[in-house]
Amino acid sequence: MDQKILAQIPPSEFRWRAYIGLMPNKTDILDLYFMDARYKLIDIAAFLDRLDRHEGESDFRHAGFLKAMEAMLNPGDQPRAKAVLESLSDHSTEPAGKSEIQFAYGAPQE
Amino acid sequence: MRYIEPHAHMVSRTTDDYQAIAQAGCQALCEPAFWAGYDRGSVEGFRDYFRQLTQYEPARAAKFGIPHYTWLCINPKEADDVVFGREVLSVIPEFLDQSTVLGIGEIGLNKNTRNEHTILEEHIALAQERDLPILVHTPHLEDKLKGTRLIVDAMKNAGVNPDRVIIDHVEEHTAAIALDAGFWAGMTLYPESKCTPARAIDILETFGTERIWMNSACDWGISDPLAVVKCALEMKKRQHSGELIEKVIYGNPRTFLSQSPNFKV
Repeated sequence: MDQKILAQIPPSEFRWRAYIGLMPNKTDILDLYFMDARYKLIDIAAFLDRLDRHEGESDFRHAGFLKAMEAMLNPGDQPRAKAVLESLSDHSTEPAGKSEIQFAYGAPQE
Repeated sequence: MRYIEPHAHMVSRTTDDYQAIAQAGCQALCEPAFWAGYDRGSVEGFRDYFRQLTQYEPARAAKFGIPHYTWLCINPKEADDVVFGREVLSVIPEFLDQSTVLGIGEIGLNKNTRNEHTILEEHIALAQERDLPILVHTPHLEDKLKGTRLIVDAMKNAGVNPDRVIIDHVEEHTAAIALDAGFWAGMTLYPESKCTPARAIDILETFGTERIWMNSACDWGISDPLAVVKCALEMKKRQHSGELIEKVIYGNPRTFLSQSPNFKV
């Protein structure tokens, strides 16, 4: 990319850069992130295998995780990361009563 | 590279961290009051903490040439007891005239309870009464979406000027809630939760670079005090200009924080 051209574009027009060819292309993104994403994907597969292999009952986090994977594969008209985060979110709207815990689990208790 | 660390909990960090931050080009560091990893047993525990934030920590940072600023509050995790929350709130004005206090923060919600919401509203009222900016903590994980919506509604109901509020810890599903309502947004770079550098840059590319900053929020947990500069290097790999990188890691936080007359960088 020509840095001189890039420097002339004000930040307020930043969102338009993608349309005029000043952003990394798909090959650039694959070069940067494919191996990292590949290793994370295999780690997820191994995590699910591990859950299958071990004894005991699973809980709502396992179901929430599988639901979030489904949201990633079929995000509808929204970006995949947003779809996954929304899938893993509490969608109630009113303030809750007193909470018995201070922490968060990472998946809503349906 | 020069940058501002707008959110770091240095009371939990070592002098080696200060050394690394200074060597990386940090021009100023801001420390919001937060949960210490355990619930404090008394109001006096908070009074001591506020003394630490306004007296001891600025002196420690100064040894490394870093101006240290702070935000004061009772964090939402300890605010579910309304009586206790109000007692701590009554102590905060003792410290608001200190020269390194920027405003009220990090206030917000944790488990999105009615009691937390009550104390949030009373913090907002204090900020309005003293004409102070606000730094907002949004809840963790599954509670973030609901909490961000409740917080934005509370701010709107109180008639807060959104220019004076930064809603921190946004992710892909909450960035638009903050930005579209006119608030500033903060992205927290954590190794295991919140945003990775790659995702933070995705958010910048999607939502633009106005009214947004990045921070490490380094504390007593797994976190990285150099996360902002590492993300800046990642931005470079993603072919962003030096001008744009400086805007995000230095210019934007400087613009927001300069709304406090105490912030001088």
